[in-house]
Amino acid sequence: MGWFSKLLVPDREKSKVPQGLWEKCPGCQRVIYKKDLEKNLWVCAQCGYHFKISARDRINSLVEPGSFTEMFSDVGSQDPLEFVDTEKYCERYKKSREKSKMNDACITGSAMIGRNKAALGVMDFYFMGGSMGSALGEKITLITEYATANRLPLIIVSTSGGARMQEGIFSLMQMAKTSAALAVHAKAGLMFISVLVDPTTGGVTASYSMLGDIIIAEPNALICFAGPRVIEQTIRQKLPEGFQRSEFLLKHGIIDMVVPRSEMHDKLMFILDFINSNQRTDE
Amino acid sequence: MAENIQTNLINLEEKLNEIDSQINKFKQISSDEGIKLNEVVEILERKKLQLLDELDAWQKTLIARHKDRPLASDYINSVFTGFTALCGDRHIMDDHAIISGMAYLEGRPVVVVAQDKGRTTEEKVLRNFGMPHPEGYRKAMRVMKFAEKFDRPIITFIDTPGAYPGIEAEERGQALAIAENLRDMSQLTVPVLAVVLGEGGSGGALALSVADRILMLKYSIYSVISPEGCASILFRDAGKAPLAAAALKLTADDLYKFKIIDQIINEPSGGAHRDPKSTIENVKAALISNLDDLCKKDKNELVKGRYKKFREMGVFCSFEN
Repeated sequence: MGWFSKLLVPDREKSKVPQGLWEKCPGCQRVIYKKDLEKNLWVCAQCGYHFKISARDRINSLVEPGSFTEMFSDVGSQDPLEFVDTEKYCERYKKSREKSKMNDACITGSAMIGRNKAALGVMDFYFMGGSMGSALGEKITLITEYATANRLPLIIVSTSGGARMQEGIFSLMQMAKTSAALAVHAKAGLMFISVLVDPTTGGVTASYSMLGDIIIAEPNALICFAGPRVIEQTIRQKLPEGFQRSEFLLKHGIIDMVVPRSEMHDKLMFILDFINSNQRTDE
Repeated sequence: MAENIQTNLINLEEKLNEIDSQINKFKQISSDEGIKLNEVVEILERKKLQLLDELDAWQKTLIARHKDRPLASDYINSVFTGFTALCGDRHIMDDHAIISGMAYLEGRPVVVVAQDKGRTTEEKVLRNFGMPHPEGYRKAMRVMKFAEKFDRPIITFIDTPGAYPGIEAEERGQALAIAENLRDMSQLTVPVLAVVLGEGGSGGALALSVADRILMLKYSIYSVISPEGCASILFRDAGKAPLAAAALKLTADDLYKFKIIDQIINEPSGGAHRDPKSTIENVKAALISNLDDLCKKDKNELVKGRYKKFREMGVFCSFEN
């Protein structure tokens, strides 16, 4: 669960807003012209390293231009535990809201992908490490229920350090809440595509992220329940190379495919066309 | 620091024992000599209650993990008759961190699915200290679907530090196994009753707790993360576990106030290990009365009610943008 957020301090966090025109690739250490990087959806052209991107940038890369309608943007968390660690949770939360101009770690709405309408939930790692509290759980549940009510396929892009510990038991219960909503969506015969990007861990992995009819990951994303450091501490062994990365999960039969960012839109469109094709013939 | 606090608990237990023996002594003198010592006994009783009232979240955590605390297998052996184990996930193995099977509760056929930490060293190793692998969760779900097929209510006992964090567990889809249980338990058409006996450790506990009613023993805990884990991440010092325990609000009292759980089952003062027999009786009575209620509901009502119960969990607000 949230135990792992510590090891997931994003490598790009410090240099999130590049000071100059250049960005250093953490994958191959090359210095890349920022505009080239942006054009390439923040993927290194040399080594294929996928930089973390915000939920808004992600949505732009996935849906038809201008087709996204945001929903449930008002939902935000509270502080039922009145949690204080090195800082008051309510303060920390307020700062995240101000910095990100979002109310929590996820944007939800509907959009067109090709000719297909879909309900969409896209998480943002920059908002408190994509941690799941009440607001995030509520938004994922709301968009799932919206998809069920409107008979829409659902796509959720996950990236998360796990549960938001500051919301204690309420954060844990979001795992059950979101999974229950997906059970109803699935029972209605509707498709859920789960897209996992670096990193997806803890309580988010152990709930809606793993419940896709199709599960797709970006290359080399860390996807796990327990983080590598927790496992190392438990078994007192070094972990094998590539452990818990997308390709590892593909090999072990946990996910369906590894798809680079540049091909994600077309892949989603293919899947949605595929499931909608029967309905078209009926019409 | 953790060690100090551990010693505190031992001190507390010693104090409780001392007061108990004093009470007994005075009662003895009172009856032997025919002197009325009611007042003295009352004062001592009050002192004892005072000590127990002062138990903080960390002390309760230590009681929840106490080495002599009754385990799921103790309840299974005493509360039910005719327990017959059902084993294995039908794919890879039989995970002994989970005990599951058929049993009778006062003549009523039920299916039991439980986490058990083991008592002796051998048992602990066998049961992996109550930390299930994915196979454990799949075994649990298989047995719960068996219960659904034959229309038997399900009772789950929760007592785990968490799902096992290991290489094989990850390779075989620990996250997936938990997620599937959350999804599928929400749709079960038979009554599901969950009882937290000791430690309700995070997703590993939740994966058996998507229930119509959630009960907790008075000194059990249920949390999104262990106090130690939370302390090392948020307080940057694992030694601050007592602080984290308080901040996480993980006691039965807290969770009852938050309306996450439905009932607190009473324990003898100082913890179940001081009088396992009465605790087991309390658990049995709670199981019977809750099952009586739940068994009156039809399938549709159960599934809808369970959905609504979890749907309402969470504290959020609406920001005007």
